[in-house]
Amino acid sequence: MPIDYVAKRTFQLLLIVFIAVTFNFLIPRMIPGDPVESALQTKIAVSGSVSVDVQAVAAAYRAKFGLDKPLWVQYLNYWGGIFSRDLGVSLVDFPQPVIEKIQAAVPWTLGLLSLSTGIAFVLGSVLGALLAWPRAPRALHILVPPFMLLSSVPFFLLAIVLVFTFSVVVPWFPPGGGFDPVSILRFDMQTVLDVLYHAVLPALALVLGSVGFWALGMRALTISVLGEDYITFAESKGLPPQRVFLWYGMRNALLPQITSLAIALGSILSGAVLVEAIFNYPGLGGILFTAIAGKDYFVIQGIVLMLIFALALSLFVVDLIYPLVDPRIRYHA
Amino acid sequence: MSVDGDREVLRVEDLRVIYDTPAGPVRAVDGVSFSLRTGERMGLIGESGSGKTTLGTAIVRLHRPPARIVSGTVTVDGRDFLRASESEMRQLRMREIALIPQAAMNSLNPVMRVGDQLADGILAHEGRLGRRQLAERLARALAQVGLPGNVVGRYPHQLSGGQRQRAAMAIATALQPKIIVADEPTSALDVVVQRQVMLTLGRLQQGLHAAVLLIGHDMGLIAQFADTIGVLYAGRLVEQGPVEQLLDSPRHPYTRLLIDSLPTLDDKKALRGIPGLPPSLLNLPPGCAFAPRCPYAFERCGTETPALQAVGPAQVVACHLYPEHSELPPIGADVELPLVAPAAEPEVAVP
Amino acid sequence: MSAITAMPAGGRRSYGTAALRGILRSPRLSGSLVAGLAMLGLIVLLALVGPRFVNPRLAAVGAARPSQAPSAQYVLGTDSQGRDMLTIMVLATPQTLRIGLIAGVVGMAIGLTLGLLSGFFGGAIDAVIRIVADSLMTVPNLAIMVIIAASVGHMTVELMGLTVAALAWTHPTRSIRAQVLSIRERSYVRVARANGESELGILFREVMPNLVPYIAASFVGAVSGAILAAVGLEAIGLGPNDVHTLGTTIYWSEKFSAVLRGQWWWWGPPIVAISFIFVGLFLLSSGLDRIANPKLRLRT
Repeated sequence: MPIDYVAKRTFQLLLIVFIAVTFNFLIPRMIPGDPVESALQTKIAVSGSVSVDVQAVAAAYRAKFGLDKPLWVQYLNYWGGIFSRDLGVSLVDFPQPVIEKIQAAVPWTLGLLSLSTGIAFVLGSVLGALLAWPRAPRALHILVPPFMLLSSVPFFLLAIVLVFTFSVVVPWFPPGGGFDPVSILRFDMQTVLDVLYHAVLPALALVLGSVGFWALGMRALTISVLGEDYITFAESKGLPPQRVFLWYGMRNALLPQITSLAIALGSILSGAVLVEAIFNYPGLGGILFTAIAGKDYFVIQGIVLMLIFALALSLFVVDLIYPLVDPRIRYHA
Repeated sequence: MSVDGDREVLRVEDLRVIYDTPAGPVRAVDGVSFSLRTGERMGLIGESGSGKTTLGTAIVRLHRPPARIVSGTVTVDGRDFLRASESEMRQLRMREIALIPQAAMNSLNPVMRVGDQLADGILAHEGRLGRRQLAERLARALAQVGLPGNVVGRYPHQLSGGQRQRAAMAIATALQPKIIVADEPTSALDVVVQRQVMLTLGRLQQGLHAAVLLIGHDMGLIAQFADTIGVLYAGRLVEQGPVEQLLDSPRHPYTRLLIDSLPTLDDKKALRGIPGLPPSLLNLPPGCAFAPRCPYAFERCGTETPALQAVGPAQVVACHLYPEHSELPPIGADVELPLVAPAAEPEVAVP
Repeated sequence: MSAITAMPAGGRRSYGTAALRGILRSPRLSGSLVAGLAMLGLIVLLALVGPRFVNPRLAAVGAARPSQAPSAQYVLGTDSQGRDMLTIMVLATPQTLRIGLIAGVVGMAIGLTLGLLSGFFGGAIDAVIRIVADSLMTVPNLAIMVIIAASVGHMTVELMGLTVAALAWTHPTRSIRAQVLSIRERSYVRVARANGESELGILFREVMPNLVPYIAASFVGAVSGAILAAVGLEAIGLGPNDVHTLGTTIYWSEKFSAVLRGQWWWWGPPIVAISFIFVGLFLLSSGLDRIANPKLRLRT
């Protein structure tokens, strides 16, 4: 792995995170209105106590969190908070630290996302490549219109339809949650199966929503690769068609397909968050949904930050995969 | 290895290839016939759009849609390539005919090591080979083109342009074919490397005693290599003959103009090109396709397509000037106006 | 690929527009383009004309008996709060389309400007624009928009559009920039430059006309992405709270567990409407892509 490649990618990662975090910091402060105050008002309204002076409490909050200091000081504090893993406390579940909520949620999102993206990407890419190969069974082509249809419908809408069909119409799968609420989470087979059982519908929503996209993309890339000169040359050697298709065709189409994955990761993550919200899945999406409903501002901010980091890291990982599959990057000319 | 040096190995008869474009059918190869004997070097010259690459790929049935072979035969050692089944073709490719492609930068699989690309062709035809045996074959194939053994472990992008071209030649000829079709093997290479590649091709040909069909547009380069030259214009063979005869006294006006356009070191004169543009293969003018640009054109050229006729020992030409004339009249300092109207602008470029 | 022909006697002509005319004169427009236009036309018509024919009071809480399945009187049934679904759908669809349009137009305007500047002038401008656009494109869109939307106190349709537009410009910018970079090197631009045309003149007479298909395709893409983003935000509760939109309808249906209660008439129609819009936009953008990219056309 060339060292300058890794260094460049690391730098890009840090730059992206820097810009995104700055945006995250600036935006709320550029919009008039005070979210903290409105969140407090909501909470007080919900809890019913009338005798609290909202303004005073809000002022106390602002002082505590340094929201009354000059902008650049706040900015530094913001970064300080990020490095010390202090993202504030939940306004709804006071005084639970935001970071705790997030840490509990991350493994669920990670699991759901890797499972579904992995399945969809592999399945979609293989199907897509076959669709581009003139020697593949013609019958495969009936998949194209449903693929096009499915890939234009957003994940979470699919999720709703799936819940209705497979939880209500036929009660095969649970309509929400990550695990059976009355059980205790342990590391045993029963728990694992339970978790998987609850993951089926959300994962299905994500897989169905993206497999068409991967397939159609791979199909286009494979068509393009099959027109290259090295395919003709390979055929002129009299190689068996399967070999040409796999090692000369698909192997080369895989490279831009992986790039495609990197580009799409952002929207996949966004989609997964929404799916989790629909399913009340205890990942980042689930807690985001609750936080928005309760106007739990710091939790929202924390989740957003987490999403940015998660994505930047995933991109970094995909970038590191790339040299492994493309020798032109692995060995500079 | 054949002892019989005068055996015919390749015979192309009346080959016609059409491109089905949205604008209509394009006659890229319009009835081309020629033959090659063992060890013979033939050069096929044409401008871009003359159908030469189409011809090269059609011979091994590797042409791509929208190209379509409509008629003709390609006979190799008695077997008609065009009527063989797909699996028979796969057997015949590489073993009987090798295709050395244009611009080897794009012909080598960028994600596969050169050694693997050398090996898979050999293994596809010969089944499993012992590791040592295979390694020897690879080394030998590389040595034949003057490449060192360590190329086996390299990826194409790690080689220079000339090395890549030679690697492609090694890969194509690893099974010692009888016929080599080389399609512009030196385009996109600089002059020094071009010479190197051509020398390698020559050595390869001699070592294998193979017949070579060298396709290109560079008359100078091809003339140095070939024994016989065929000139393609608008999908047809307009002249063919031994290289010395062709160079000394070209019979077809197009050939003459091609030769004249070559800059020479001894005779300093103004560069001359060929006036006009190659015709649109979609709308070929009636009669001789070259007539609009021909300094000798007359009435008959605009109505009747000339057929190939013999004009000397082993030389044929398709031109209405013959057999009345015995050779081309000299072209004056001013090119005379053609008597036939110039053709419309070309619209379709044929690879 | 047109050969450069000799100069016509009448003086200068714009080779750029000639190239554009060549593209538009191409063989019949594809089926997807027509289908997409038809679908969208239908929805837009409904959105424009529909609201005149319904009584908005039926969309208020308590207008009818709650949670009724579709019947002759209430064709799409009523929700848990007694609102007539048909009225809601007719009122909500145009709002969603409005959000998409606002975001699309604003995003496209920004994208076009930045893309042109970035591609045509290059250098530092290009570097800055590119880095910012890339960074925003790599972060999950939802994240940024959630922060914006959560910070806005009172969300309206217009603000929703602007929220989405904040990120909608990134793709058009990159796409237009890529096109400009490629057009900039084409022969007719060089010819125009050699003829002494000013840089701005070239920008408007040679580059822009050839961008039209890409602008159209980008615009459709931007609107599509905007509607997707908006519906997503609305579905988790960040939508406008003063009007009905397709996304907020879904949110309320989730909030009242309409899915679990089998009240398919509440969340079903918005989903169908959204899918219809998306499929229409998708077909339209495929059709436009074919016009913009001639190689796709030949492949049928």
